[in-house]
Amino acid sequence: MKVLDRKLLRDLWRLRSQVLTIALVVASGIGGYIGSLSAHRSLAGLRDEYYQTARFAHVFAPVHRAPRALGERLRDVPGILDMDLSVVAPTTITVPGSVEVMTGMMVSLPARPDTGMNRVVLERGQWVEPDDADGVLVSRSFARARNIAPGDRLAVLMNGRLQQVRVSGIALSPAYIFAAAQGGFSDDTRFGVLWMPEERLSAAYDLRGAFNLFAARLTASADEAAVIAALDRLLAPYGALGAYARKDQLSHRMLTQEIDEQRVFGTVLPAVFLAVAIFLLHVLISRHIATERTQIAALKAMGYYDRAIGAHYFTFTSVTVIIGVALGIAVGYLFGHWMTGLYARVFSFPNFHFQLDGTVLASAVLLAALAGVAATFGAVRAVVRLPAAEAMRPPAPARFHRTLLERLRLGHWMSAPTRMVLRELERRPMRSVLTTLGIASSVAIIIAGTWWSGAFDNLVDQELFRRDRSDVLIALNDPVDIGALHSIRRMPGVLTAEAARTLVVRLRHGAHEYRTMLMGIDPGARLRRVQDSAGRTLPLADGMLLLTDRLARRLDLRPGDSVDIEPLEGTRRPVRLHVAAETGDLMGMYGFLTRHDAARLAGEGDTFNLARVRLDAAQDGAFFDAVRNTPRIAAAGDKRRMVAHFRATSQHNLLMFAAILSAFAMCIAVGVVYNSARITLAEQAWELATLRVMGLTRAEVSWTLLGQLAAQMAIALPIGWIAGTGLAALILGLITSEQFRIPLVIDSFTYTFASLVMLAAGIITTFIVRRRIDQLDLIGVLKTRD
Amino acid sequence: MRGETVFRAEALTKIYRAGEVSVQALRGVSFEIPAGEFVVLLGPSGSGKSTLLNILGGLDIPTAGSVNWRDHDLSHATEKELTRYRREHVGFVFQFYNLIPSLTARENVELVTELVPRPMDPAEALGLVGLAERLDHFPAQLSGGEQQRVAIARALAKRPECLLCDEPTGALDIATGRVVLEALLRANNELGTTTVIITHNATIASLADRVLRLADGRIASVEQNSRRLSPAELHW
Repeated sequence: MKVLDRKLLRDLWRLRSQVLTIALVVASGIGGYIGSLSAHRSLAGLRDEYYQTARFAHVFAPVHRAPRALGERLRDVPGILDMDLSVVAPTTITVPGSVEVMTGMMVSLPARPDTGMNRVVLERGQWVEPDDADGVLVSRSFARARNIAPGDRLAVLMNGRLQQVRVSGIALSPAYIFAAAQGGFSDDTRFGVLWMPEERLSAAYDLRGAFNLFAARLTASADEAAVIAALDRLLAPYGALGAYARKDQLSHRMLTQEIDEQRVFGTVLPAVFLAVAIFLLHVLISRHIATERTQIAALKAMGYYDRAIGAHYFTFTSVTVIIGVALGIAVGYLFGHWMTGLYARVFSFPNFHFQLDGTVLASAVLLAALAGVAATFGAVRAVVRLPAAEAMRPPAPARFHRTLLERLRLGHWMSAPTRMVLRELERRPMRSVLTTLGIASSVAIIIAGTWWSGAFDNLVDQELFRRDRSDVLIALNDPVDIGALHSIRRMPGVLTAEAARTLVVRLRHGAHEYRTMLMGIDPGARLRRVQDSAGRTLPLADGMLLLTDRLARRLDLRPGDSVDIEPLEGTRRPVRLHVAAETGDLMGMYGFLTRHDAARLAGEGDTFNLARVRLDAAQDGAFFDAVRNTPRIAAAGDKRRMVAHFRATSQHNLLMFAAILSAFAMCIAVGVVYNSARITLAEQAWELATLRVMGLTRAEVSWTLLGQLAAQMAIALPIGWIAGTGLAALILGLITSEQFRIPLVIDSFTYTFASLVMLAAGIITTFIVRRRIDQLDLIGVLKTRD
Repeated sequence: MRGETVFRAEALTKIYRAGEVSVQALRGVSFEIPAGEFVVLLGPSGSGKSTLLNILGGLDIPTAGSVNWRDHDLSHATEKELTRYRREHVGFVFQFYNLIPSLTARENVELVTELVPRPMDPAEALGLVGLAERLDHFPAQLSGGEQQRVAIARALAKRPECLLCDEPTGALDIATGRVVLEALLRANNELGTTTVIITHNATIASLADRVLRLADGRIASVEQNSRRLSPAELHW
């Protein structure tokens, strides 16, 4: 081994704590990057592969009831490669031993497993043969959440008739990777998909020889919009509910949203980590080189070429980066594996495995190498440029001057050590600023990683408690006369009930169009309030249309503009209404009008198809029993249980995520604070020892060093709060979709938590550095000055 | 080869510029140094002796005038050529030793033995300065005089043709200084190494073959010592 290499090893060992803390920052950045992006790639790969093998459709067209013979004409629509006609129907499911009524979807099953589109894959149990009288397949996520196994029996409501079915097998479908009732939160315990042979299902729903869902795969060159328009035209006479593309399919949309979020998290946060790592490495190597100025000069004088000396210092940072990358790959693997595991619980894929992605790995190594070069380049260039003769002289005393405070004649308030603190901070403004920013960035990362919990609470509170104040949402099979509301009010436990009429429509404004749902409620409704983004209740009267603000943006509408409404049920006669106002609902793209207007658009009298109910919690068992015995009720969503379940699962995941991010951010915090303190200590050991010799106490001496740290922390915290809010807003901007808006509400707990983590890092560092100050070798330090 | 001229300097001028201020460190210095000679450059701080040594050692180039090492023109050499010159011909001894603290005495010497084709064995070089017993000590475990002797061993180990020393005893007490000077003289006598020492300590001048006195960037006087004292005879 060459002597210079031995020097390198010993230098690395001597500075090991600094090298390690920096390597940990690199590891956090690289780990986050590799983990998130590999999880992103793994999920996207699984999705695409699954879609391909299970032949997931590109276009869907729900219809009220169309004859199967129409299929031949639909197949001829230009662009359609292959098509599938099926029957789907909403239902309620009762699991023995459970109080609630769960909602579900009944889907027709082809005779053979390997035919058709959106293929159902049997995970265990047996396929249901067409002549099977009561067998069904149950979606895996629901079966898992409710401990349902082949052989179990369930009660389902089919077209108003309660039927017992036998679970034959557990299955998966690409159309239900994310299983939730339309517009709802993911809740595997309360939403299941049941597949049964097509014959049986169509018989139960009076759809023999007919279908109510058309699905198609398109050719590569197909014009999706044109296909959708053609399908709507052909299906219109049969009660078309508006065709839509894969991107608007619920499961696909939610899955893709999550996958895209992974990419955002995997790039934004690691970028901050790497920037901090570059800064830390730069300070460390610059300081290291400054310390070795005379040694470098000696090497040059001896005849070492610049190249060899430059390479020597470059290798120093390379080793740090390599340690960081190696740790980062391990961290990334664990992190990615953990996140993929989380998704495995929410998304139903036939097989689920996490794979470190080669491209991601290669780009991570490249990024780390670039960071290393960026950190080292300037310092090593300074080594190369250092003229041997100039470097022979001992360093001139650093230039100091009176600080701003002193120039403002506030100096006499300060002790000499305090003046040293301020002058030291002012002498290296760049380093002070960067250290402060480094600390601030870890505060920001913690905030940006942990504020979600509070934000989700806020979202749930706003959407499910302030705007919608019902306990249970009852959906009816078909619209009925308002008189039926009385029978709902008479159900056990019902305190109040309000009727609503939902209407599937297509909205058009200029070149924009959007298929959605309008919620018709009674003016003055108390269980569903229409509010603007500030939470003020908006007036509602006949002839008024209110749209959620995101839908208004999508259609390029402002209050006062008129919009064409084409109802996709009932008379389907288009009307034009003025947009009265925009609502501030955080989830969904829909609109509001009066129930009277909604029923009129559908060509009905005084009807409703949805009821919001306030329930006496003590009687919910009796209430759900009554629901089960009311054939007209298609679904009854228990909001309180759903929210409780959502909070329990999401809170656990969010807490884990916050813990991991905080650990990462702690690496930054300790990395920045510890390195800054150690470097300052090394630079000022001589002065500090001199002060000790002169008779200053350890505490006074410590103050000159730790005071700098305290000052930087004090400035960094508020900057971190602001930067964290900004970072959260940036991430939010990158992941926000049309479908929902997470409110940028960061609670005081988040700010406090981030600040406390930072303070903990500061205190730990203070202890270590204080011990070093206490151990200062007073004589040794004064003997030589390098 | 003793006696042949190795350094030839003519009208050397060096001006340092720092912003608006320019400092003239050398004002037309000319001299020759024959091979094997032991020369002391004497002068107060700011007289230009360090500048002169740096130029002789290929660490710096003159603003005007010329300086040659045998047939190498050092005044117009590139950085790379100067490095090669230092690597092949020059041994340096610095006032503050400039040892690498993370390397042992032996390893500090190996730093140069790895650079040249026929070096001394590092142990032999350290033996030459009386440190055969302290090969594996780190600089922090050595006294100032020992550190300086390691630096001399490091300079000698590549068998340089010339040894340039910047205040080699500047940081040492008299007894330690004597030991260091013994080591330098021994190299000069036994290996025939041309040796140039700069010092502001006039006593050391009596060790030299010749003394060049510098003042204000000029050679003020040149003295040939008829009798060279041994370090043991020195008092300061």
